[in-house]
Amino acid sequence: MELVTMLQQDLLGKRVRLEKPELLAPAGSLEKLKFAVHYGADAVYIGGQQYGLRSNADNFTFEEMREGVEFAARYGAKVFVATNIYAHNEDIAGLEAYLRGIEAAGVAAIIVADPIIIETCKRVAPKLEIHLSTQQSTMNWQAVQFWKEEGVDRVVLAREASMQEIVDIKQNVDMEIEVFVHGAMCSSWSGRCVLSNHFTDRDSNRGGCSQSCRWKYDLFTTEEDRSGSQIGIKELPLFNDNDDAFSMSSKDLCMIEHLPELIRSGVDSFKIEGRMKSVHYVATVVNAYRQAIDAYFADPVNYELKPEWLYEVQKAANRPLNTGFFFDTPDHEDHIFEPEDKAAPYDFVGVVMEYDEATGTAIIQQRNHFKPGQEIEFFGPQGTFFKQTVVDIFDEAGIQLDAARHPLQRIRMKVEQPVKPFDMMRKKMGKAK
Amino acid sequence: MKKPELYITAGSTEQIRKYIEAGADAIAVGEHRFGMRLPGEVTLDELETWIPWAHERGAKVYIVVNKIMDNEQLPQLPDYLRRVQELKADAVIFGDPGVLIAIRQAAPGMPLHWNAEMTSTNYETASYWGSKGATRVVLARELNLEETLEIKSKLPAMEVQVQVHGITNIYHSKRSLVSNYQAHQGREEAALNGLEDGLFLIEQERKDERYPVYEDQNGTHIMSSDDICMLENLHELMEGHIDSFRIESLLKPVEYNETVLRGYRQAIDAYCADPEQYEFQEEWLDAIREQQDPRRELTFGFFFKEQVY
Repeated sequence: MELVTMLQQDLLGKRVRLEKPELLAPAGSLEKLKFAVHYGADAVYIGGQQYGLRSNADNFTFEEMREGVEFAARYGAKVFVATNIYAHNEDIAGLEAYLRGIEAAGVAAIIVADPIIIETCKRVAPKLEIHLSTQQSTMNWQAVQFWKEEGVDRVVLAREASMQEIVDIKQNVDMEIEVFVHGAMCSSWSGRCVLSNHFTDRDSNRGGCSQSCRWKYDLFTTEEDRSGSQIGIKELPLFNDNDDAFSMSSKDLCMIEHLPELIRSGVDSFKIEGRMKSVHYVATVVNAYRQAIDAYFADPVNYELKPEWLYEVQKAANRPLNTGFFFDTPDHEDHIFEPEDKAAPYDFVGVVMEYDEATGTAIIQQRNHFKPGQEIEFFGPQGTFFKQTVVDIFDEAGIQLDAARHPLQRIRMKVEQPVKPFDMMRKKMGKAK
Repeated sequence: MKKPELYITAGSTEQIRKYIEAGADAIAVGEHRFGMRLPGEVTLDELETWIPWAHERGAKVYIVVNKIMDNEQLPQLPDYLRRVQELKADAVIFGDPGVLIAIRQAAPGMPLHWNAEMTSTNYETASYWGSKGATRVVLARELNLEETLEIKSKLPAMEVQVQVHGITNIYHSKRSLVSNYQAHQGREEAALNGLEDGLFLIEQERKDERYPVYEDQNGTHIMSSDDICMLENLHELMEGHIDSFRIESLLKPVEYNETVLRGYRQAIDAYCADPEQYEFQEEWLDAIREQQDPRRELTFGFFFKEQVY
């Protein structure tokens, strides 16, 4: 019965959606950009040398931006640049030149929080689309209306918005809406946290975040102490010796199991978090969401989540996953109080550079240690997906190796099924065979 | 010279009276459904009496409408704002641009103070909100003195408010982190989480610093471990023509706030009477020190710090 109802909803649903939502991926470096695009991102967002919130990321020069834009264009994909700081006085000089540089590099849009960057962009780099960052914590349709009147092209909603609130916003304002669907989350309202400033003198809203929300804290209460001659104060711990510590650490967002609802909500862009994440992470997550979105649009009525998509994103996950604020306000199960176990059980060990069909051999660029006898897994955007055991491996001169131990070394080995350039090779974590 | 305003938030009508009597020129009040981190609520019905009362004493009354609004609050906003204007409140304090749309419709011409907490950090952006109707910017507490004074120098036509005393918010989440933690421990029955519960966090590497934390209908708020106190440097801010000095009343006894107001009142009056001969009097600060919670240091906040990123 339930299935029938669901099918009818799909067929008769309020919103018939013909256009796929954009799949937007993070690209912390030129290499990550290439992998994200090759694995199916419709757009990527990157950071430049200034004005972004990841001052530790391997940020792009204008030259690298240009190269990234050219690479993406071959796939019909776009590049956005995060300029999402809240500027201080000293940041204002230089902004015009910077935005002109981004525009000249062929970038499609900037992601902005501070209105002064919006205003400057409209004036000096009008070809750039303006996407309002989640740092503005936009939660209501009148605020979206305001930004529309200000010439903003897209709003990235606060991560606190529920599915129903997203639907209400879409219904009340004609505006492109982007939401985060996957990755790590600030547990605070974005931009409304200066823990870093207080603990480490690093300015969180200019890219200095030291992730203090992931640290361990002890919680106390205060009581009046009337035991002495004067009324004093008594501090009481709200934890026992063996209790987990208090933390503001949130589980990571994962919405791959709820793509049909998200698609029907009318959201225009699905964003994956993680400019600081590895190339393996980006490729794996993009690959899974790409396949799920494509499968849905190929046949919305019969769409079903394939367990391997979920399993794939779990393989890349750094933390336990949840659905954030989409269906409920997060409760105690949505936070990480327990000691974190390293969730990602797979190591990325190589990238396919070439494949010779006649001999069934591939050239693999080494990305981490591997050796004959280990079980490995190949995966790629065009359906490559199989396990095998590493057999004899050789360097390019044909010398047999006991292990692939040199970073970026080109290794020749037999593969059991055809592979393609950009396909990835990974193995279970740890040194066990 | 134009005297800078001495501003404080009140959580009850009783506090309005006490704070004005202790020297406040401006009182901010509000309701939890629209305002964040209020020490208590003052309703519009109460304000019918208390706005005229304050005005008779030359004090202003501002209404706090500074929370991050959900769709759900939008329909209630116009009536509230209309009444605020009818009651002749002196300004509405906002952060969410959705409130601007509501103001235009329900209370056009109402003076607006832009307060986006830690994200009001430069003069150009303040000036942008000025072009949208804001007459005042409330600066982020994370700015240093040079940045603060530069902002004012670039904004001759806009009022600038600076927090000079008390606790600051350093983290705000929509999540119920304290209750969630207690649920995780299986302590649901004895849940302590409110403003009155004296809760604080200690980061495990910083054992001497207590960070107050509490929950309300707007989520979880973590507060600074120190109290800003700019009393001995107030003249630097007055020389820089800062328009309003904010005392944060949250998580402090009313008597403490009265003492603080009296201290700043004396400093402002003495400076304005004769800026040339002004001298800071240690006894103003001593009165505050006597009532200062010994577990919380009085500091200069970020006024004399450089931050990296």
